[in-house]
Amino acid sequence: MSVDATLSFEEAMEKYDPVLGFEVHVELNTKTKMFSSAPNVFGDEPNTNVNEVDLGMPGVLPVVNKTAVESSIKIGLALNCKIAESCRFARKNYFYPDTPKNFQTSQYDEPIAYDGYLDIELEDGTVFRVEIERAHMEEDAGKLTHMGGAAGRIQGADYSLVDYNRSGVPLVEIVTKPIEGAGSRAPELAKAYVAAVREIVKNLGVSDAKMERGNVRCDANVSLRPHGRERFGIRSETKNVNSLRAVEHAVRYEIQRHAAVLDSGEPVIQETRHWHEDTRSTTSGRPKSDADDYRYFPEPDLVPVVASREWVEELRATLPEPPAERRKRLKEAWGYSDLEFRDVVNAGVMDSIEETIAAGASADVARKWWMGEIVGRAKVADVDPSELGVTPQVIVELNKLVEDGKINNKMATQVLDGVLAGEGTPAEIVEKRGLAVVSDDGPLLEAIDAALAAQPDVAEKIRGGKVQAIGAIVGGVMKATRGQADAGRVRELILEKLGVEG
Amino acid sequence: MAAINRDDVAHLARLAHIEMSAEELDRMAVELAVIVDSVKSVSEAAGDDVPATSHPIPLTNVFREDVVGHTFTAEQALSGAPDAYENRFKVPAILDEG
Repeated sequence: MSVDATLSFEEAMEKYDPVLGFEVHVELNTKTKMFSSAPNVFGDEPNTNVNEVDLGMPGVLPVVNKTAVESSIKIGLALNCKIAESCRFARKNYFYPDTPKNFQTSQYDEPIAYDGYLDIELEDGTVFRVEIERAHMEEDAGKLTHMGGAAGRIQGADYSLVDYNRSGVPLVEIVTKPIEGAGSRAPELAKAYVAAVREIVKNLGVSDAKMERGNVRCDANVSLRPHGRERFGIRSETKNVNSLRAVEHAVRYEIQRHAAVLDSGEPVIQETRHWHEDTRSTTSGRPKSDADDYRYFPEPDLVPVVASREWVEELRATLPEPPAERRKRLKEAWGYSDLEFRDVVNAGVMDSIEETIAAGASADVARKWWMGEIVGRAKVADVDPSELGVTPQVIVELNKLVEDGKINNKMATQVLDGVLAGEGTPAEIVEKRGLAVVSDDGPLLEAIDAALAAQPDVAEKIRGGKVQAIGAIVGGVMKATRGQADAGRVRELILEKLGVEG
Repeated sequence: MAAINRDDVAHLARLAHIEMSAEELDRMAVELAVIVDSVKSVSEAAGDDVPATSHPIPLTNVFREDVVGHTFTAEQALSGAPDAYENRFKVPAILDEG
């Protein structure tokens, strides 16, 4: 396999202007398939989630899954699309063993949703609008495993094995309009766009949205043109880029490869490219066929889908708050800085913090506990922070114990460990571990006297007005009480004793 | 007369995986042109006020509830397969996709 020449990304950007386009396939999480009542389940024994429709047997008739249509309309609405009053299915004809019917039932000239947009927020807060051309309904194909030859690759395979469990799983394909003006942020935008689509379909509850399972798959189109030229260059389409990181890398790589081809004076070949995660590069696939090679024609076995405005509005009323808007609302309500909020989102604890605040904690207390204590423990335990076993009630209770002066912050973290070890509620753990703060002034005064006597020079400094020296005395008291004293109260008592104003 | 030439027929034959001899290609180019013309006459009958349709009956929204129905066992699914391996259909390697 020959290695393609590439330019550095910086040089490519200096010379050329990238234009992007994405086709994102979303597998819906309906109970059954798009056109058959066989179950839509991932990971079962091969060829057990199939019936005569999925196997394309002669004389069978497909019937449209109503829930899949509703999910598709919801996706369209969430992408700010218009929903077609009437649309129909079409046959996309091709011969390949992943499709036993020799055609894929899809939509062609009448997609269910069209003319939408998605505002994508980049990491520094820049908002970039991506126009959506269409979102259409179709069915997934079966899964091929290539045997013999190079490991799992089609090149040099001796034969292929086919599992039709995935055949007929409902898909929504989301197609963007050409994306211009991204410049050097094209790779970042690519990743952010796919992440936004994934987040939206997950938030809608219409897809499991697991990229590692192929629930969300991205084909990335890239072309370059010299700066200032309006006409697009020839594009390549990199197939099945199946992680967010890979989307970013694939777009970056293709920009660098195209730039080298154009620099050499050759035209870019319009073709499918395959992404290889191991080498972080693409290789040539088949030349892209013209659309009419698929000989699309209206599916005679399915009648049109008519989406009445009432139905559309009913579905619109069920849509959850869009993720981006929700983030904006919560950030304002909580009063976090940009950095604080970004850290919260990246740590995956936004929902947990929201629940903790709803349970009665302040925004700052909720953030302090989740970001300061729980995220780190979750990382060590290698679990999601929300799955560590800390409920919002635990945090509210812990915080109340601290605010009431029953325990100090250091003890609170020990109580948290106790909760995680399954020792009971915070109050029970305080009791069991004997962690209560010494709040009776009697023992404290004794310890203070001892500490002052042990460090007479420090005591003299404080009397002389050097209040900052008090730390040494407080430290002595905390040591004597094994950390169970309220340091603030200790400080007050020392100053009182020495007759100094704090 | 519709413009269907021999190359169009050869292209279609390739897409449809139909092997055709030179004589068949020649003959089919003429016949297909006649067939296309015949079908075209339908558009003469329909005026501008008649919307295009893909179905003879004005039915819409024939849906199924999302409820799991019957499935085959892997044995049943593979019972008509020319070849199988480990409960999967075994097919020749598809080299022209490489």
